[in-house]
Amino acid sequence: MSGAGAWHECTLAELARGVRDGAYTSVALTEYLLARVDALDPVLNSFVTVDAERALAAARAADARRGTAAAGPLNGVPIAHKDIFCTDGLRTTCGSRMLADFVPPYDAAAVERLAAAGCVTLGKTNMDEFAMGSSNETSWFGPVKNPWDTSRVPGGSSGGSAAAVAARLVPAATGTDTGGSIRQPAALTGTTGLKPTYGRVSRWGMIAFASSLDQAGTLTRTAEDAALMLAAMAGLDPRDSTSVDAPVPDYVAALAYADVRGLRLGVPGAFFDQHLDAGIGRLAREAIAVLESGGAKIVEVELPNLHLAIPVYYVVAPAEASSNLSRFDGVRFGHRAAGAKDLLDLYERSRSEGFGDEVKRRIMTGTYVLSAGYFDAYYLKAQQVRALIARDFERAFEQADLIVGPTAPTPAFALGAKTDDPVTMYLNDIYTVGAPLAGLPAISVPCGLHEDLPAGLQLIGPHFSEDRLLAAAHWFQQRTDWHRQAPALAAEAG
Amino acid sequence: MSLKADEVLAIARLARLSVADAEVGEHAAKLGSILEMIDQLQAADTAGIEPMAHPLSQGQRLRDDVATETDRRDDYQRNAPAVHDGLYLVPRVIE
Repeated sequence: MSGAGAWHECTLAELARGVRDGAYTSVALTEYLLARVDALDPVLNSFVTVDAERALAAARAADARRGTAAAGPLNGVPIAHKDIFCTDGLRTTCGSRMLADFVPPYDAAAVERLAAAGCVTLGKTNMDEFAMGSSNETSWFGPVKNPWDTSRVPGGSSGGSAAAVAARLVPAATGTDTGGSIRQPAALTGTTGLKPTYGRVSRWGMIAFASSLDQAGTLTRTAEDAALMLAAMAGLDPRDSTSVDAPVPDYVAALAYADVRGLRLGVPGAFFDQHLDAGIGRLAREAIAVLESGGAKIVEVELPNLHLAIPVYYVVAPAEASSNLSRFDGVRFGHRAAGAKDLLDLYERSRSEGFGDEVKRRIMTGTYVLSAGYFDAYYLKAQQVRALIARDFERAFEQADLIVGPTAPTPAFALGAKTDDPVTMYLNDIYTVGAPLAGLPAISVPCGLHEDLPAGLQLIGPHFSEDRLLAAAHWFQQRTDWHRQAPALAAEAG
Repeated sequence: MSLKADEVLAIARLARLSVADAEVGEHAAKLGSILEMIDQLQAADTAGIEPMAHPLSQGQRLRDDVATETDRRDDYQRNAPAVHDGLYLVPRVIE
Protein backbone atom coordinates (compact mmCIF):
# COMPACT_ATOMS: atom_id res chain seq x y z
CA MET A 1 0.00 0.00 0.00
CA SER A 2 1.73 3.18 -1.14
CA GLY A 3 0.09 6.60 -0.89
CA ALA A 4 -3.29 7.64 0.39
CA GLY A 5 -4.61 7.65 -3.17
CA ALA A 6 -5.75 4.04 -3.22
CA TRP A 7 -7.31 3.56 0.22
CA HIS A 8 -10.84 3.66 -1.16
CA GLU A 9 -9.93 0.77 -3.46
CA CYS A 10 -8.97 -1.39 -0.48
CA THR A 11 -11.30 -3.95 1.01
CA LEU A 12 -12.31 -4.08 4.66
CA ALA A 13 -9.83 -6.94 5.18
CA GLU A 14 -6.98 -4.95 3.62
CA LEU A 15 -7.76 -1.81 5.61
CA ALA A 16 -7.98 -3.74 8.89
CA ARG A 17 -4.55 -5.20 8.11
CA GLY A 18 -3.11 -1.78 7.21
CA VAL A 19 -4.24 -0.21 10.48
CA ARG A 20 -3.12 -3.27 12.47
CA ASP A 21 0.34 -3.26 10.86
CA GLY A 22 0.73 0.46 11.42
CA ALA A 23 0.99 1.19 7.68
CA TYR A 24 -1.41 4.08 8.33
CA THR A 25 -3.54 5.35 11.18
CA SER A 26 -7.28 5.08 11.60
CA VAL A 27 -7.41 8.88 11.87
CA ALA A 28 -5.75 9.33 8.46
CA LEU A 29 -8.05 6.71 6.93
CA THR A 30 -11.15 8.24 8.50
CA GLU A 31 -10.20 11.75 7.32
CA TYR A 32 -9.59 10.37 3.84
CA LEU A 33 -13.01 8.69 3.63
CA LEU A 34 -14.78 11.71 5.15
CA ALA A 35 -13.26 13.83 2.36
CA ARG A 36 -14.59 11.37 -0.22
CA VAL A 37 -18.06 11.59 1.33
CA ASP A 38 -17.83 15.39 1.16
CA ALA A 39 -16.79 15.23 -2.49
CA LEU A 40 -19.17 12.57 -3.82
CA ASP A 41 -22.18 12.38 -1.57
CA PRO A 42 -23.81 15.67 -2.59
CA VAL A 43 -24.58 13.82 -5.84
CA LEU A 44 -25.38 10.39 -4.38
CA ASN A 45 -27.26 11.33 -1.18
CA SER A 46 -26.26 7.99 0.33
CA PHE A 47 -25.81 9.41 3.84
CA VAL A 48 -28.50 10.96 6.03
CA THR A 49 -26.07 11.88 8.81
CA VAL A 50 -22.29 12.14 8.87
CA ASP A 51 -20.67 12.99 12.20
CA ALA A 52 -17.02 13.73 11.44
CA GLU A 53 -16.13 14.75 14.98
CA ARG A 54 -17.54 11.58 16.47
CA ALA A 55 -15.89 9.43 13.77
CA LEU A 56 -12.51 11.04 14.36
CA ALA A 57 -12.82 10.59 18.14
CA ALA A 58 -13.52 6.89 17.55
CA ALA A 59 -10.56 6.74 15.14
CA ARG A 60 -8.24 8.29 17.73
CA ALA A 61 -9.43 5.73 20.28
CA ALA A 62 -8.78 2.95 17.76
CA ASP A 63 -5.27 4.23 17.11
CA ALA A 64 -4.65 4.24 20.86
CA ARG A 65 -5.80 0.61 21.08
CA ARG A 66 -3.52 -0.57 18.27
CA GLY A 67 -1.22 -3.39 19.34
CA THR A 68 -3.10 -3.98 22.60
CA ALA A 69 -5.44 -6.78 23.55
CA ALA A 70 -8.34 -4.29 23.26
CA ALA A 71 -7.88 -3.97 19.48
CA GLY A 72 -10.60 -6.03 17.76
CA PRO A 73 -10.25 -7.71 14.33
CA LEU A 74 -11.62 -4.63 12.52
CA ASN A 75 -9.83 -2.07 14.66
CA GLY A 76 -9.89 1.43 13.20
CA VAL A 77 -11.76 0.70 9.97
CA PRO A 78 -14.57 3.15 9.13
CA ILE A 79 -17.94 1.69 8.18
CA ALA A 80 -21.48 3.06 7.88
CA HIS A 81 -24.71 1.93 9.48
CA LYS A 82 -28.08 1.89 7.81
CA ASP A 83 -30.16 4.54 9.53
CA ILE A 84 -32.48 1.85 10.92
CA PHE A 85 -29.93 0.87 13.60
CA CYS A 86 -30.07 2.96 16.77
CA THR A 87 -26.84 4.77 17.56
CA ASP A 88 -26.34 6.21 21.03
CA GLY A 89 -26.37 10.00 20.81
CA LEU A 90 -26.43 9.98 16.99
CA ARG A 91 -29.66 10.82 15.17
CA THR A 92 -31.47 7.75 13.78
CA THR A 93 -34.24 8.57 11.32
CA CYS A 94 -35.24 5.31 9.61
CA GLY A 95 -35.63 7.50 6.52
CA SER A 96 -38.76 9.06 7.98
CA ARG A 97 -39.99 12.49 8.94
CA MET A 98 -41.48 10.67 11.94
CA LEU A 99 -37.98 10.17 13.37
CA ALA A 100 -36.23 13.15 11.77
CA ASP A 101 -35.09 14.39 15.20
CA PHE A 102 -34.86 11.07 17.07
CA VAL A 103 -31.62 10.63 19.02
CA PRO A 104 -31.49 7.14 20.53
CA PRO A 105 -30.22 6.73 24.09
CA TYR A 106 -28.52 3.42 23.23
CA ASP A 107 -26.71 1.51 20.49
CA ALA A 108 -28.31 -1.34 18.55
CA ALA A 109 -26.70 -4.73 19.22
CA ALA A 110 -25.21 -4.83 15.70
CA VAL A 111 -23.68 -1.38 16.22
CA GLU A 112 -22.38 -2.39 19.64
CA ARG A 113 -20.74 -5.55 18.30
CA LEU A 114 -19.10 -3.86 15.33
CA ALA A 115 -17.80 -1.14 17.65
CA ALA A 116 -16.42 -3.86 19.92
CA ALA A 117 -14.65 -5.31 16.86
CA GLY A 118 -13.04 -1.89 16.47
CA CYS A 119 -15.08 -0.32 13.66
CA VAL A 120 -15.39 3.45 13.41
CA THR A 121 -18.89 4.70 12.54
CA LEU A 122 -18.55 7.23 9.73
CA GLY A 123 -22.26 7.96 9.53
CA LYS A 124 -25.78 6.72 8.91
CA THR A 125 -26.97 5.74 5.47
CA ASN A 126 -30.12 6.72 3.65
CA MET A 127 -32.89 4.17 3.15
CA ASP A 128 -36.46 3.75 2.06
CA GLU A 129 -38.76 5.03 4.80
CA PHE A 130 -39.03 2.35 7.52
CA ALA A 131 -37.31 0.00 5.02
CA MET A 132 -40.44 -0.04 2.87
CA GLY A 133 -39.35 0.23 -0.73
CA SER A 134 -37.17 -1.25 -3.45
CA SER A 135 -35.68 1.93 -4.92
CA ASN A 136 -34.77 4.24 -2.03
CA GLU A 137 -37.26 6.76 -3.37
CA THR A 138 -39.54 6.67 -0.31
CA SER A 139 -36.97 8.31 1.98
CA TRP A 140 -38.00 11.59 3.62
CA PHE A 141 -34.41 12.67 2.98
CA GLY A 142 -34.66 12.27 -0.79
CA PRO A 143 -33.74 9.46 -3.14
CA VAL A 144 -30.27 7.89 -3.31
CA LYS A 145 -28.65 7.86 -6.74
CA ASN A 146 -26.98 4.80 -8.21
CA PRO A 147 -23.22 5.48 -8.55
CA TRP A 148 -23.19 3.58 -11.85
CA ASP A 149 -25.71 5.97 -13.39
CA THR A 150 -27.03 8.81 -11.25
CA SER A 151 -30.28 8.97 -13.23
CA ARG A 152 -31.08 5.52 -11.84
CA VAL A 153 -32.08 4.08 -8.45
CA PRO A 154 -29.66 2.04 -6.31
CA GLY A 155 -32.42 -0.35 -5.21
CA GLY A 156 -33.75 -0.52 -1.70
CA SER A 157 -34.39 -0.40 1.05
CA SER A 158 -30.68 -0.45 2.01
CA GLY A 159 -29.92 1.75 -1.01
CA GLY A 160 -27.74 4.24 0.87
CA SER A 161 -25.52 1.48 2.26
CA ALA A 162 -25.24 -0.15 -1.17
CA ALA A 163 -24.48 3.13 -2.98
CA ALA A 164 -21.90 4.17 -0.35
CA VAL A 165 -20.07 0.84 -0.68
CA ALA A 166 -20.31 0.85 -4.49
CA ALA A 167 -18.91 4.41 -4.68
CA ARG A 168 -16.05 3.39 -2.36
CA LEU A 169 -17.08 5.86 0.35
CA VAL A 170 -16.86 3.07 2.94
CA PRO A 171 -15.56 -0.49 2.60
CA ALA A 172 -18.63 -1.93 4.33
CA ALA A 173 -22.03 -0.97 5.68
CA THR A 174 -24.80 -2.65 7.60
CA GLY A 175 -28.17 -3.27 6.03
CA THR A 176 -31.42 -5.01 6.82
CA ASP A 177 -33.37 -7.42 4.66
CA THR A 178 -37.08 -8.13 5.05
CA GLY A 179 -38.02 -9.03 1.46
CA GLY A 180 -34.76 -8.35 -0.39
CA SER A 181 -33.60 -5.02 1.05
CA ILE A 182 -29.93 -6.06 1.20
CA ARG A 183 -29.65 -8.35 -1.83
CA GLN A 184 -31.62 -6.33 -4.40
CA PRO A 185 -29.63 -3.08 -3.86
CA ALA A 186 -26.42 -5.16 -3.81
CA ALA A 187 -27.35 -6.52 -7.25
CA LEU A 188 -28.23 -3.08 -8.62
CA THR A 189 -24.98 -1.48 -7.39
CA GLY A 190 -22.46 -4.28 -8.04
CA THR A 191 -21.83 -4.97 -4.34
CA THR A 192 -21.94 -8.11 -2.21
CA GLY A 193 -25.02 -8.34 0.01
CA LEU A 194 -25.47 -10.96 2.73
CA LYS A 195 -28.77 -11.65 4.47
CA PRO A 196 -28.10 -14.11 7.30
CA THR A 197 -30.52 -16.71 8.66
CA TYR A 198 -33.46 -15.30 10.63
CA GLY A 199 -32.25 -14.90 14.22
CA ARG A 200 -28.51 -15.11 13.39
CA VAL A 201 -27.87 -11.43 14.19
CA SER A 202 -29.58 -9.69 17.07
CA ARG A 203 -32.23 -7.16 16.10
CA TRP A 204 -32.12 -5.35 19.41
CA GLY A 205 -32.12 -1.63 18.64
CA MET A 206 -33.00 -2.22 14.97
CA ILE A 207 -36.24 -0.39 14.20
CA ALA A 208 -38.88 -3.04 13.50
CA PHE A 209 -40.72 -3.38 10.18
CA ALA A 210 -41.96 -6.99 9.88
CA SER A 211 -40.76 -9.00 12.84
CA SER A 212 -41.16 -12.51 11.42
CA LEU A 213 -38.93 -11.52 8.47
CA ASP A 214 -36.49 -8.73 9.47
CA GLN A 215 -32.82 -9.64 9.65
CA ALA A 216 -29.64 -7.57 9.86
CA GLY A 217 -26.82 -8.16 7.39
CA THR A 218 -24.07 -6.54 5.40
CA LEU A 219 -23.13 -4.73 2.19
CA THR A 220 -19.49 -5.13 1.25
CA ARG A 221 -17.43 -5.44 -1.91
CA THR A 222 -16.30 -9.01 -1.25
CA ALA A 223 -17.55 -12.20 0.37
CA GLU A 224 -14.42 -12.17 2.54
CA ASP A 225 -15.48 -8.79 3.96
CA ALA A 226 -19.01 -10.09 4.50
CA ALA A 227 -17.49 -12.95 6.51
CA LEU A 228 -15.50 -10.49 8.64
CA MET A 229 -18.60 -8.38 9.29
CA LEU A 230 -20.84 -11.36 10.07
CA ALA A 231 -18.21 -12.82 12.40
CA ALA A 232 -18.42 -9.60 14.41
CA MET A 233 -22.23 -9.34 14.32
CA ALA A 234 -23.53 -12.90 14.75
CA GLY A 235 -24.44 -14.64 17.97
CA LEU A 236 -26.97 -14.94 20.75
CA ASP A 237 -28.31 -11.79 22.37
CA PRO A 238 -30.75 -12.33 25.24
CA ARG A 239 -32.26 -8.89 24.58
CA ASP A 240 -33.76 -10.11 21.28
CA SER A 241 -36.14 -13.00 21.91
CA THR A 242 -35.79 -14.17 18.29
CA SER A 243 -31.99 -14.25 18.48
CA VAL A 244 -30.90 -17.85 18.05
CA ASP A 245 -28.70 -19.80 20.46
CA ALA A 246 -26.73 -21.71 17.82
CA PRO A 247 -22.95 -21.99 17.56
CA VAL A 248 -21.31 -19.36 15.35
CA PRO A 249 -18.90 -21.05 12.91
CA ASP A 250 -15.62 -19.38 11.99
CA TYR A 251 -16.83 -17.67 8.82
CA VAL A 252 -13.41 -16.33 7.89
CA ALA A 253 -11.69 -19.70 8.32
CA ALA A 254 -14.39 -21.28 6.11
CA LEU A 255 -13.09 -19.22 3.18
CA ALA A 256 -9.64 -20.77 3.30
CA TYR A 257 -10.90 -24.12 2.02
CA ALA A 258 -13.49 -22.64 -0.33
CA ASP A 259 -14.24 -25.12 -3.07
CA VAL A 260 -17.29 -25.84 -5.18
CA ARG A 261 -16.21 -29.29 -6.39
CA GLY A 262 -19.16 -31.62 -5.89
CA LEU A 263 -21.38 -28.83 -4.60
CA ARG A 264 -24.94 -29.49 -5.75
CA LEU A 265 -26.47 -26.30 -7.13
CA GLY A 266 -30.24 -26.21 -7.54
CA VAL A 267 -31.44 -24.00 -10.38
CA PRO A 268 -35.20 -23.50 -10.06
CA GLY A 269 -37.19 -22.69 -13.18
CA ALA A 270 -39.15 -20.22 -11.04
CA PHE A 271 -36.09 -17.93 -11.01
CA PHE A 272 -36.00 -17.79 -14.81
CA ASP A 273 -39.59 -16.75 -15.47
CA GLN A 274 -41.29 -14.18 -17.70
CA HIS A 275 -40.30 -11.29 -15.40
CA LEU A 276 -36.57 -11.82 -15.96
CA ASP A 277 -34.73 -9.38 -18.24
CA ALA A 278 -32.97 -11.41 -20.95
CA GLY A 279 -29.59 -9.73 -20.41
CA ILE A 280 -29.67 -10.29 -16.65
CA GLY A 281 -30.74 -13.90 -17.20
CA ARG A 282 -27.80 -14.49 -19.55
CA LEU A 283 -25.33 -13.13 -16.96
CA ALA A 284 -26.83 -15.34 -14.25
CA ARG A 285 -26.50 -18.40 -16.48
CA GLU A 286 -22.91 -17.52 -17.32
CA ALA A 287 -22.12 -17.19 -13.60
CA ILE A 288 -23.70 -20.59 -12.94
CA ALA A 289 -21.52 -21.99 -15.74
CA VAL A 290 -18.43 -20.62 -13.93
CA LEU A 291 -19.46 -22.52 -10.80
CA GLU A 292 -20.13 -25.61 -12.91
CA SER A 293 -16.66 -25.38 -14.49
CA GLY A 294 -15.24 -25.56 -10.97
CA GLY A 295 -16.92 -28.90 -10.40
CA ALA A 296 -20.31 -27.85 -9.04
CA LYS A 297 -23.14 -30.14 -10.08
CA ILE A 298 -26.26 -28.52 -11.48
CA VAL A 299 -29.48 -30.16 -10.33
CA GLU A 300 -33.06 -29.38 -11.25
CA VAL A 301 -35.19 -28.29 -8.34
CA GLU A 302 -38.77 -27.11 -8.20
CA LEU A 303 -40.19 -24.30 -6.12
CA PRO A 304 -43.82 -24.73 -7.21
CA ASN A 305 -45.28 -22.11 -4.86
CA LEU A 306 -42.64 -19.42 -5.28
CA HIS A 307 -44.84 -17.45 -7.70
CA LEU A 308 -47.04 -16.73 -4.66
CA ALA A 309 -44.17 -15.30 -2.58
CA ILE A 310 -44.95 -11.68 -3.48
CA PRO A 311 -48.66 -11.93 -2.55
CA VAL A 312 -47.74 -13.74 0.71
CA TYR A 313 -45.16 -11.10 1.53
CA TYR A 314 -47.59 -8.24 0.88
CA VAL A 315 -50.00 -9.69 3.41
CA VAL A 316 -47.54 -10.76 6.12
CA ALA A 317 -45.16 -7.78 6.01
CA PRO A 318 -47.82 -5.03 6.00
CA ALA A 319 -49.78 -6.86 8.72
CA GLU A 320 -46.74 -6.93 10.98
CA ALA A 321 -45.80 -3.38 10.00
CA SER A 322 -49.25 -2.05 10.89
CA SER A 323 -48.74 -3.49 14.36
CA ASN A 324 -45.07 -2.45 14.77
CA LEU A 325 -45.70 1.10 13.58
CA SER A 326 -48.61 1.63 15.95
CA ARG A 327 -45.97 2.70 18.49
CA PHE A 328 -45.59 6.01 16.67
CA ASP A 329 -48.28 7.98 18.43
CA GLY A 330 -46.84 11.48 18.78
CA VAL A 331 -46.59 11.02 22.55
CA ARG A 332 -43.42 9.21 23.61
CA PHE A 333 -41.06 9.94 20.72
CA GLY A 334 -41.21 10.95 17.09
CA HIS A 335 -43.11 13.60 15.21
CA ARG A 336 -46.00 15.34 16.95
CA ALA A 337 -48.58 17.45 15.10
CA ALA A 338 -49.13 20.93 16.46
CA GLY A 339 -52.43 22.09 17.97
CA ALA A 340 -54.25 18.75 18.23
CA LYS A 341 -57.73 19.19 19.63
CA ASP A 342 -57.92 15.80 21.35
CA LEU A 343 -55.99 12.55 21.70
CA LEU A 344 -57.43 10.90 18.57
CA ASP A 345 -56.67 14.02 16.55
CA LEU A 346 -53.12 13.97 17.92
CA TYR A 347 -52.61 10.34 16.85
CA GLU A 348 -54.13 10.76 13.41
CA ARG A 349 -52.45 14.02 12.50
CA SER A 350 -49.02 13.11 13.96
CA ARG A 351 -49.03 9.86 12.00
CA SER A 352 -50.35 11.40 8.81
CA GLU A 353 -47.73 14.14 8.88
CA GLY A 354 -44.92 11.85 10.03
CA PHE A 355 -45.39 8.94 7.60
CA GLY A 356 -44.96 9.08 3.82
CA ASP A 357 -47.38 7.62 1.28
CA GLU A 358 -45.82 4.15 0.90
CA VAL A 359 -45.69 3.65 4.67
CA LYS A 360 -49.32 4.73 4.97
CA ARG A 361 -50.27 2.34 2.18
CA ARG A 362 -48.58 -0.58 3.93
CA ILE A 363 -50.11 0.29 7.30
CA MET A 364 -53.54 0.47 5.68
CA THR A 365 -52.99 -2.79 3.75
CA GLY A 366 -51.93 -4.45 6.99
CA THR A 367 -54.86 -3.01 8.90
CA TYR A 368 -57.24 -4.25 6.21
CA VAL A 369 -55.93 -7.83 6.08
CA LEU A 370 -56.03 -8.09 9.87
CA SER A 371 -59.47 -6.56 10.28
CA ALA A 372 -62.51 -8.51 11.41
CA GLY A 373 -63.95 -10.62 8.62
CA TYR A 374 -60.80 -10.59 6.49
CA PHE A 375 -58.25 -12.21 8.81
CA ASP A 376 -58.89 -15.80 7.68
CA ALA A 377 -59.09 -14.96 3.99
CA TYR A 378 -55.87 -12.97 3.94
CA TYR A 379 -53.57 -13.33 6.93
CA LEU A 380 -54.22 -16.96 7.80
CA LYS A 381 -54.22 -17.94 4.12
CA ALA A 382 -50.91 -16.13 3.60
CA GLN A 383 -49.33 -17.91 6.57
CA GLN A 384 -50.48 -21.23 5.10
CA VAL A 385 -48.99 -20.45 1.68
CA ARG A 386 -45.86 -19.27 3.49
CA ALA A 387 -45.64 -22.76 5.01
CA LEU A 388 -45.92 -24.26 1.50
CA ILE A 389 -43.10 -22.04 0.23
CA ALA A 390 -40.89 -23.02 3.18
CA ARG A 391 -41.67 -26.69 2.49
CA ASP A 392 -40.71 -26.22 -1.18
CA PHE A 393 -37.29 -24.93 -0.10
CA GLU A 394 -36.89 -27.75 2.41
CA ARG A 395 -37.53 -30.32 -0.35
CA ALA A 396 -35.22 -28.51 -2.76
CA PHE A 397 -32.43 -28.68 -0.17
CA GLU A 398 -32.78 -32.48 -0.12
CA GLN A 399 -31.47 -32.37 -3.70
CA ALA A 400 -29.24 -29.30 -3.59
CA ASP A 401 -26.67 -27.78 -1.23
CA LEU A 402 -27.41 -24.27 -2.48
CA ILE A 403 -30.01 -22.71 -4.74
CA VAL A 404 -28.83 -20.23 -7.36
CA GLY A 405 -30.41 -17.73 -9.70
CA PRO A 406 -30.55 -14.03 -10.48
CA THR A 407 -31.02 -11.64 -7.53
CA ALA A 408 -33.24 -9.06 -9.22
CA PRO A 409 -35.24 -9.39 -12.45
CA THR A 410 -33.87 -6.21 -14.06
CA PRO A 411 -30.86 -3.90 -13.80
CA ALA A 412 -31.21 -0.56 -12.01
CA PHE A 413 -34.16 1.39 -13.37
CA ALA A 414 -34.66 5.14 -13.83
CA LEU A 415 -35.63 7.32 -10.87
CA GLY A 416 -39.39 7.78 -10.91
CA ALA A 417 -40.01 4.91 -13.35
CA LYS A 418 -42.04 2.80 -10.93
CA THR A 419 -43.19 5.20 -8.22
CA ASP A 420 -46.75 5.51 -9.57
CA ASP A 421 -47.51 1.82 -9.48
CA PRO A 422 -46.82 0.04 -6.18
CA VAL A 423 -47.47 -3.45 -7.55
CA THR A 424 -44.90 -3.01 -10.35
CA MET A 425 -42.40 -1.77 -7.76
CA TYR A 426 -43.10 -4.82 -5.56
CA LEU A 427 -42.11 -7.18 -8.40
CA ASN A 428 -38.47 -6.08 -7.99
CA ASP A 429 -38.31 -8.46 -5.04
CA ILE A 430 -39.78 -11.42 -6.88
CA TYR A 431 -36.61 -13.58 -6.53
CA THR A 432 -35.57 -12.30 -3.10
CA VAL A 433 -38.75 -12.57 -0.97
CA GLY A 434 -38.69 -16.36 -0.86
CA ALA A 435 -35.61 -16.63 1.39
CA PRO A 436 -36.88 -14.39 4.22
CA LEU A 437 -40.33 -16.02 4.11
CA ALA A 438 -38.55 -19.31 4.88
CA GLY A 439 -35.99 -17.65 7.21
CA LEU A 440 -33.11 -18.73 4.94
CA PRO A 441 -29.72 -17.06 4.49
CA ALA A 442 -28.82 -15.73 1.05
CA ILE A 443 -26.11 -13.71 -0.63
CA SER A 444 -25.93 -11.63 -3.79
CA VAL A 445 -22.61 -11.30 -5.60
CA PRO A 446 -21.81 -9.19 -8.67
CA CYS A 447 -21.93 -11.39 -11.79
CA GLY A 448 -21.50 -9.02 -14.70
CA LEU A 449 -22.51 -5.81 -16.38
CA HIS A 450 -25.46 -5.53 -18.72
CA GLU A 451 -25.41 -2.31 -20.73
CA ASP A 452 -22.94 -0.89 -18.17
CA LEU A 453 -25.21 -1.71 -15.23
CA PRO A 454 -24.40 -4.39 -12.61
CA ALA A 455 -26.21 -7.70 -12.22
CA GLY A 456 -26.26 -9.95 -9.17
CA LEU A 457 -26.15 -13.72 -8.73
CA GLN A 458 -28.12 -14.93 -5.74
CA LEU A 459 -27.14 -17.98 -3.69
CA ILE A 460 -29.63 -19.26 -1.10
CA GLY A 461 -28.73 -21.86 1.54
CA PRO A 462 -30.43 -23.90 4.26
CA HIS A 463 -30.77 -22.38 7.73
CA PHE A 464 -27.41 -21.46 9.30
CA SER A 465 -25.39 -22.30 6.17
CA GLU A 466 -23.73 -18.85 5.98
CA ASP A 467 -20.28 -20.50 6.00
CA ARG A 468 -21.19 -22.55 2.90
CA LEU A 469 -22.70 -19.51 1.15
CA LEU A 470 -19.70 -17.33 1.91
CA ALA A 471 -17.26 -20.01 0.80
CA ALA A 472 -19.06 -20.48 -2.54
CA ALA A 473 -19.28 -16.71 -3.07
CA HIS A 474 -15.60 -16.33 -2.19
CA TRP A 475 -14.67 -19.11 -4.60
CA PHE A 476 -16.63 -17.32 -7.35
CA GLN A 477 -14.89 -14.02 -6.55
CA GLN A 478 -11.47 -15.71 -6.78
CA ARG A 479 -12.28 -16.60 -10.39
CA THR A 480 -14.18 -13.51 -11.57
CA ASP A 481 -13.49 -9.83 -11.17
CA TRP A 482 -17.02 -8.37 -11.36
CA HIS A 483 -16.81 -7.42 -7.68
CA ARG A 484 -13.70 -5.35 -8.45
CA GLN A 485 -15.43 -3.26 -11.13
CA ALA A 486 -16.04 0.24 -9.85
CA PRO A 487 -18.40 2.86 -11.24
CA ALA A 488 -16.64 5.72 -13.04
CA LEU A 489 -17.94 8.11 -10.39
CA ALA A 490 -15.83 6.35 -7.73
CA ALA A 491 -12.67 7.56 -9.47
CA GLU A 492 -13.78 11.21 -9.49
CA ALA A 493 -12.64 12.22 -6.00
CA GLY A 494 -8.89 12.10 -5.49
CA MET B 1 -60.92 -5.13 -7.06
CA SER B 2 -61.55 -1.57 -6.05
CA LEU B 3 -62.22 -0.07 -2.65
CA LYS B 4 -65.02 2.37 -1.94
CA ALA B 5 -64.29 5.76 -0.42
CA ASP B 6 -65.97 4.86 2.88
CA GLU B 7 -63.89 1.65 3.09
CA VAL B 8 -60.68 3.67 2.70
CA LEU B 9 -61.81 6.05 5.43
CA ALA B 10 -62.76 3.16 7.72
CA ILE B 11 -59.33 1.51 7.29
CA ALA B 12 -57.59 4.84 7.82
CA ARG B 13 -59.58 5.37 11.01
CA LEU B 14 -58.58 1.92 12.32
CA ALA B 15 -54.95 2.68 11.45
CA ARG B 16 -55.13 6.10 13.16
CA LEU B 17 -54.33 7.92 9.94
CA SER B 18 -56.23 10.88 8.61
CA VAL B 19 -56.82 10.87 4.87
CA ALA B 20 -57.73 14.15 3.16
CA ASP B 21 -60.74 14.05 0.83
CA ALA B 22 -58.49 14.78 -2.14
CA GLU B 23 -56.35 11.70 -1.37
CA VAL B 24 -59.17 9.16 -0.98
CA GLY B 25 -59.36 8.34 -4.68
CA GLU B 26 -55.67 7.64 -5.06
CA HIS B 27 -55.58 5.49 -1.92
CA ALA B 28 -58.63 3.55 -3.14
CA ALA B 29 -57.00 2.84 -6.50
CA LYS B 30 -53.57 1.87 -5.17
CA LEU B 31 -54.86 -0.20 -2.24
CA GLY B 32 -57.27 -1.83 -4.68
CA SER B 33 -54.45 -2.88 -7.00
CA ILE B 34 -52.46 -4.27 -4.04
CA LEU B 35 -55.46 -6.27 -2.79
CA GLU B 36 -56.05 -7.56 -6.30
CA MET B 37 -52.45 -8.80 -6.45
CA ILE B 38 -52.83 -10.40 -3.00
CA ASP B 39 -55.97 -12.18 -4.16
CA GLN B 40 -53.81 -14.62 -6.16
CA LEU B 41 -53.47 -16.44 -2.83
CA GLN B 42 -57.07 -17.58 -2.97
CA ALA B 43 -56.19 -20.04 -5.76
CA ALA B 44 -53.66 -21.92 -3.61
CA ASP B 45 -54.75 -25.25 -2.15
CA THR B 46 -53.97 -24.97 1.55
CA ALA B 47 -56.28 -27.64 2.93
CA GLY B 48 -54.78 -29.09 6.09
CA ILE B 49 -51.70 -26.81 6.01
CA GLU B 50 -50.63 -25.45 9.38
CA PRO B 51 -50.12 -21.66 9.15
CA MET B 52 -46.48 -20.67 9.61
CA ALA B 53 -45.95 -18.06 12.28
CA HIS B 54 -42.20 -18.32 12.79
CA PRO B 55 -39.52 -19.15 10.22
CA LEU B 56 -37.55 -21.43 12.55
CA SER B 57 -40.48 -22.97 14.46
CA GLN B 58 -38.66 -21.77 17.52
CA GLY B 59 -40.25 -21.63 20.93
CA GLN B 60 -40.12 -18.53 23.06
CA ARG B 61 -37.00 -18.31 25.17
CA LEU B 62 -37.77 -17.61 28.84
CA ARG B 63 -35.72 -15.93 31.52
CA ASP B 64 -35.98 -15.56 35.26
CA ASP B 65 -38.62 -13.08 36.33
CA VAL B 66 -36.27 -10.49 37.78
CA ALA B 67 -35.83 -6.83 36.92
CA THR B 68 -32.89 -6.30 34.57
CA GLU B 69 -33.49 -2.73 33.41
CA THR B 70 -32.10 0.28 35.16
CA ASP B 71 -34.16 3.47 35.45
CA ARG B 72 -33.36 5.57 32.39
CA ARG B 73 -36.60 7.51 32.25
CA ASP B 74 -34.91 10.87 31.82
CA ASP B 75 -32.84 9.57 28.88
CA TYR B 76 -35.89 8.14 27.17
CA GLN B 77 -38.03 11.21 27.77
CA ARG B 78 -35.49 13.43 26.07
CA ASN B 79 -37.06 12.28 22.80
CA ALA B 80 -40.63 12.98 23.93
CA PRO B 81 -42.38 15.96 22.33
CA ALA B 82 -43.86 17.14 25.67
CA VAL B 83 -43.14 16.02 29.23
CA HIS B 84 -43.62 17.51 32.66
CA ASP B 85 -42.18 16.12 35.91
CA GLY B 86 -41.50 12.78 34.24
CA LEU B 87 -45.01 12.54 32.77
CA TYR B 88 -45.90 12.50 29.08
CA LEU B 89 -48.27 15.29 28.17
CA VAL B 90 -51.23 14.73 25.84
CA PRO B 91 -54.29 16.84 24.98
CA ARG B 92 -56.95 16.83 27.71
CA VAL B 93 -58.72 13.45 27.83
CA ILE B 94 -61.13 13.97 30.75
CA GLU B 95 -63.31 17.07 30.64
